[in-house]
Amino acid sequence: MPVLEDLLFQLELGLPQVVLGLVNGAFYALLSLGLAVIFGMLNVINFAHGAQFMMGAFVAWMLMAWGGIGYWPALVLSPLIVGAFGVVLEKTLISRLYKLDHLYGLLLTFGLALIIEGLFRNQFGSSGLPYAPPEALAGAPVDLGFMFLPKYRLWVVAAAVVMSLATWLVIEKTRLGAYLRAATENAALVQAFGVNVPRMVTLTYAAGVALAAFAGVLAAPIYSVNPQMGSSLIITVFAVVVIGGMGSILGSVLTGFGLGLVEGLTKVFYPEASSTVIFVIMAIVLLARPAGLFGRA
Amino acid sequence: MAADTLTAPPETSRARGLPGLEMLGFNRAQSIAFLLLLAFLVVGPFFLYPVFLMKLLCFALFACAFNLLIGYVGLLSFGHAMFFGMGGYLAAHAAKVWGFSPELAILTGGAMGAVLGLLSGWLAIRRQGIYFAMITLALAQMIYFLCLQMRFTGGEDGIQSVPRGRLFGLFDMSPDMSMYWLVAAIFLIGFLLINRVIHSPFGQVLTAIRENEPRAVSLGYKAENYKLLAFVLSATLAGVAGGTKALVFGIATLTDVYWAMSGEVVLMTLLGGLGTVFGPAVGAAVIVTMQNYLAEFGAWVTIIQGAIFVICVIAFRAGIVGEIARWLKVRL
Repeated sequence: MPVLEDLLFQLELGLPQVVLGLVNGAFYALLSLGLAVIFGMLNVINFAHGAQFMMGAFVAWMLMAWGGIGYWPALVLSPLIVGAFGVVLEKTLISRLYKLDHLYGLLLTFGLALIIEGLFRNQFGSSGLPYAPPEALAGAPVDLGFMFLPKYRLWVVAAAVVMSLATWLVIEKTRLGAYLRAATENAALVQAFGVNVPRMVTLTYAAGVALAAFAGVLAAPIYSVNPQMGSSLIITVFAVVVIGGMGSILGSVLTGFGLGLVEGLTKVFYPEASSTVIFVIMAIVLLARPAGLFGRA
Repeated sequence: MAADTLTAPPETSRARGLPGLEMLGFNRAQSIAFLLLLAFLVVGPFFLYPVFLMKLLCFALFACAFNLLIGYVGLLSFGHAMFFGMGGYLAAHAAKVWGFSPELAILTGGAMGAVLGLLSGWLAIRRQGIYFAMITLALAQMIYFLCLQMRFTGGEDGIQSVPRGRLFGLFDMSPDMSMYWLVAAIFLIGFLLINRVIHSPFGQVLTAIRENEPRAVSLGYKAENYKLLAFVLSATLAGVAGGTKALVFGIATLTDVYWAMSGEVVLMTLLGGLGTVFGPAVGAAVIVTMQNYLAEFGAWVTIIQGAIFVICVIAFRAGIVGEIARWLKVRL
C-alpha cells in the first residue's frame, strides 16, 4: 500500500502542524464558549467578542510594559479588568436592547467592536507589539517522543481545556449554574422566586467577556499583540458556533478543538484550503444538519 | 416575540389631495422626494466632483439592494461585500481581459452576484435571525480568502488599470462626465426596479413573510423560495453596483470583499432608515461624504462609524429618512 505509506509519512512530517492546530482549536473553544454563554442568557450575539479578546492581550501587555506586572498575575487581572469593562457596557448600552429584535444586539456590539478597535489602532498603530512568554514556559521544547513542542503551546491547550471544563462545571453542577439555566428558560419566573435576574445577566455578560480576555492573554505570547488580532478570528469563531450550535457548552468546546484539529490536518495535506476549510465544513453542516451538530432545532 | 421588530414601518397617514403627483407606485411625498432626487442627479455633476458623485451612486445602489433584504424581508445579511466585491472583480476582469464593453462588463458583475447569491442564499436561508447574519458573514469571509488566493483577482494588488471602454462599442466612457450619466442611469434603473419589486404582489408576500412567517406559510406561500429570490435579486444588484464602481475607478481590490465593507453597507442603510425607499441612498451619501472628508484621520473614521452604529441602535432606530417621515407624518 504505497499510497497509505505515503500518507502516513506525510502525516508524520506534518504532526507538529496538527498539534499546532489544537492550539488554534483552544482559542476557538474558549471564544465560542463565551459567545454561547452570553447568547444563552442575553440572546445577544456579542460581536465585540473579538475586540474584547484583543483587549485582554493588550491589557496584559500594558500591565507588563507600564506596571511591570508579569504574565501570571495578568492572567487573572486582565480578565477581571476587561470583565469590569463588560459590566459597564452591559449596564449602559446592551441592557437597553433586551425588548427589541435580537439583531439590534448584533448591530450594537458590531459598532462597539469598531470603536474599540479604532481606539487601539489610534493609540498603538497597526504593527504588533511583542509579549514574551513567562520564564517557566519559555525553556526548551518538550520532547513528546515523535516531535518537539514548545512548552508554552502545550500550556495553552491545557489551560483552555481546564477553563472550559471549569465553566461547564459551574453551569451544570452548581447552584448558581442552576439559577442561570433556569433563567435562560424563563427569566420572569426565576425573578418571581426572588433571584436578581438583571444582576445575573450583567455578571453573565462580564463572565463571557472575561473568558474572551483570558483567551487574549493566552494568545499574547503566540501572536503579536495588535488591534486586528480579534476581528478575523471572531468571524471564524462565528462559523464554529454555526457548526456546533449554541445549545450545549461541551458541544461548543468539542467543536472548537475539533475544528482546530481539522484545520491543522488541512495544513498538512492541502495547505491552500486551510484558510477556508472551516467555512466549507459550515456549508456541509448547514446542508446536513441545519441546527448544528449539538444544536436544538 | 420581540416587542419592536427590526423594521417597523413609520406610522403612515397618507397625505391627501393633489392627485396626479403620484407616479410609479410612489405616494405623493415619495413622488416629491423622487423629483428632488432626479433634480439632484441632473444638476449634481455641475457643482460636485463627478467621480465623487459616481462613488456615492454606486454605494447608494449597493445600500438600496441591501435594504431590499433587511427592510422588506427582514433578513440581515452581514456578507453583502462578497457580492459587491466579486461583482467588481468580474466586471474588471471582463473589461480588461475579455475586452467587454462597459455595459456588458457591468452585467457580468451582476451575473456574478446572482450566481453567488443563489449559492450562498440557498445555504443561509436554512437558518434565521442571528444565525443568518453569522452564516452570511462567514461565507463572505470564505470568499475573501478565496480572492486572496485566486490568480485572476491579483491577490493583494487587485485588478488595476481597468479600461472604461466604449458604451455599446460606440461612446467613449473615459471622460468623467460621460461615465457619470451611465452611472446615474444604472442607479436609477436599479432604484426603480427595487421600488417596482416592493410594490409588486411578490413584494407584498415578502412583507407578509417579514411580519409573520408561519402565517404566510400557512396561507400556502413557500417562504423559502420567496426569500431566496429576494436574496438573489439583492445580490445581483449589489454585483451591478460593485461592477460599476470597478469601472469608475478602474480598479477592483480586496477592500470591497472585506468584512468591513459588509458592515459599511449595514451602517448606510441603518443610518438612512431601514425599510424606507430613500433612506439607503441618503445614508450612503452621508457615509461616503464623511469618509471623503475624514480620510486623512485614519482610524478615526472607524471610530466614528462605530459610534454612529451605537447611536443609531440606541436612540435613532428609524434613521434619518425614517425620522423625517415620522415628523412630516408621511411615508418616504
